[in-house]
Amino acid sequence: MPTRAPAIEVAGLEKSYKDLKVLKGVDLTVDRGSVFALLGSNGAGKTTIVRILATLLKPDAGTATVNEFDVVSQAAHVRESISLTGQFAAVDEILSGRENLVMIAKLRRVPDPGDVADDLLKRFDLADAGGRRVGTYSGGMRRRLDIAMSLIGDPPVIFLDEPTTGLDPEARLEVWEEIRKLAGGGTTVLLTTQYLDEAEKLADRIAILHQGTIIVTGTLAELRQLLPPAQAELVERQPTLEEIFLAIVGKEKR
Amino acid sequence: MTAHVLNDTGVMLDRSLKHVTRSLDTIITVTIMPIAFLLLFRYVFGGAIQTGTDNYTNYLMPGVLLIAIASGISYTGFRLFNDMQGGIFERFNSMPIARSSVLWGHVLTSLVSNAISVLVIIGVGLIIGFRTSAGVLAWLAVTGILVIFTLALTWLAIVAGLSASTPDGASAFSYPLIFLPFISSAFVPTETMPGPVRAFAENQPVTSIVNSIRALWAEQPVGHEIWIALAWCVGILIIAYLFAMAAYRRKIA
Repeated sequence: MPTRAPAIEVAGLEKSYKDLKVLKGVDLTVDRGSVFALLGSNGAGKTTIVRILATLLKPDAGTATVNEFDVVSQAAHVRESISLTGQFAAVDEILSGRENLVMIAKLRRVPDPGDVADDLLKRFDLADAGGRRVGTYSGGMRRRLDIAMSLIGDPPVIFLDEPTTGLDPEARLEVWEEIRKLAGGGTTVLLTTQYLDEAEKLADRIAILHQGTIIVTGTLAELRQLLPPAQAELVERQPTLEEIFLAIVGKEKR
Repeated sequence: MTAHVLNDTGVMLDRSLKHVTRSLDTIITVTIMPIAFLLLFRYVFGGAIQTGTDNYTNYLMPGVLLIAIASGISYTGFRLFNDMQGGIFERFNSMPIARSSVLWGHVLTSLVSNAISVLVIIGVGLIIGFRTSAGVLAWLAVTGILVIFTLALTWLAIVAGLSASTPDGASAFSYPLIFLPFISSAFVPTETMPGPVRAFAENQPVTSIVNSIRALWAEQPVGHEIWIALAWCVGILIIAYLFAMAAYRRKIA
């Protein structure tokens, strides 16, 4: 990259569905190579922002650029720069996992689609299931395949819209690990989530979207400073139910 | 860009054809009903129907093929609807591909799968007595009419698939289309029908299409009827295509 301009820049973004104003002037900046978490409850407008950035929806007002391309006037360039993993696994149930990957590789015109597919199957621990119809996959496998499909062609910016919603704790950890690897490789990740711990564990910066505007944005440390300093209290630390579950199931990964 | 369109449409066609070949039940459902009609009219009703021809199988063949196509295209609406329900439609639309390929993949698949069921039904027809000595040109003309008819109804199915809110809605629109051949010259001569019914039957698209195909197979002059048939098909095709494109643009904002 010749420049270090932000990977995503959004200013004054507004969007309404009929009378319902979903976005009321959203501003945000995502640095290149960072993981940015957009936090908000259901219906806060997270998906609307992602859909506008992914050129699936046109904003009513405001501007948004991805990889320095305008999402409205340079939509084709934006689509060259991104990959979207939506809320519902965007996989073809009737094709096999490998066929899904080959299909996307051909559409992105990468050389050797078959090799690309096999590499990704191995990397996402799907090599054994690669020949099976996706309809037979578990939720976690589908999600991993979904993310694997998004990586084909190495787009510089990846949108993950609630990537772990509906997954069991093990599958969640697997997805988290992949997101960390992505960020390690220099990809910019915009992540939406309603889980606070997910943002805490993965994101370099966090923005909280509430009632159509970003009410606060910063690193986790900066957000912590918004509250009075923590007081030291002696509390016996009980294991969380998640830790117990993972310990019993035997897949503790931390 | 043209190269992209061809590459992308090819990938989409490959995908959607796999859907067809992996759910063979859809082809069976699509062919079994027309074959049942074929047998029913040939062996049950046929004896009582006076058409003025000596081979009733030849008489009813074109109408049965139109019924097969009308029920076949409902699956196109269904498949497209399913694409939109899952996330795959959005994935395609957020990728750097020719956007038209998303729809054309479904349209070409519809042509291929309907061609398969038409061939199967013609095969059954040959077994129960369908005969024609039509030459290559006549067959080409018949194929052409059926292809344009399929395209017209397929784009109609695309409109339904894009606008429906339930899977049933995406395929139910084809029921009246399946029924249309019964109020036409497909099974009985229109002369026997009472005034208003006859007026409807003689002025709806199926009658001109059926009469044209029948004449081509019988090596009779097709007259002006084939132009009426083509005008209907091309007219429906253009209007359905425009509505489908409008519906598609609304979907992808």
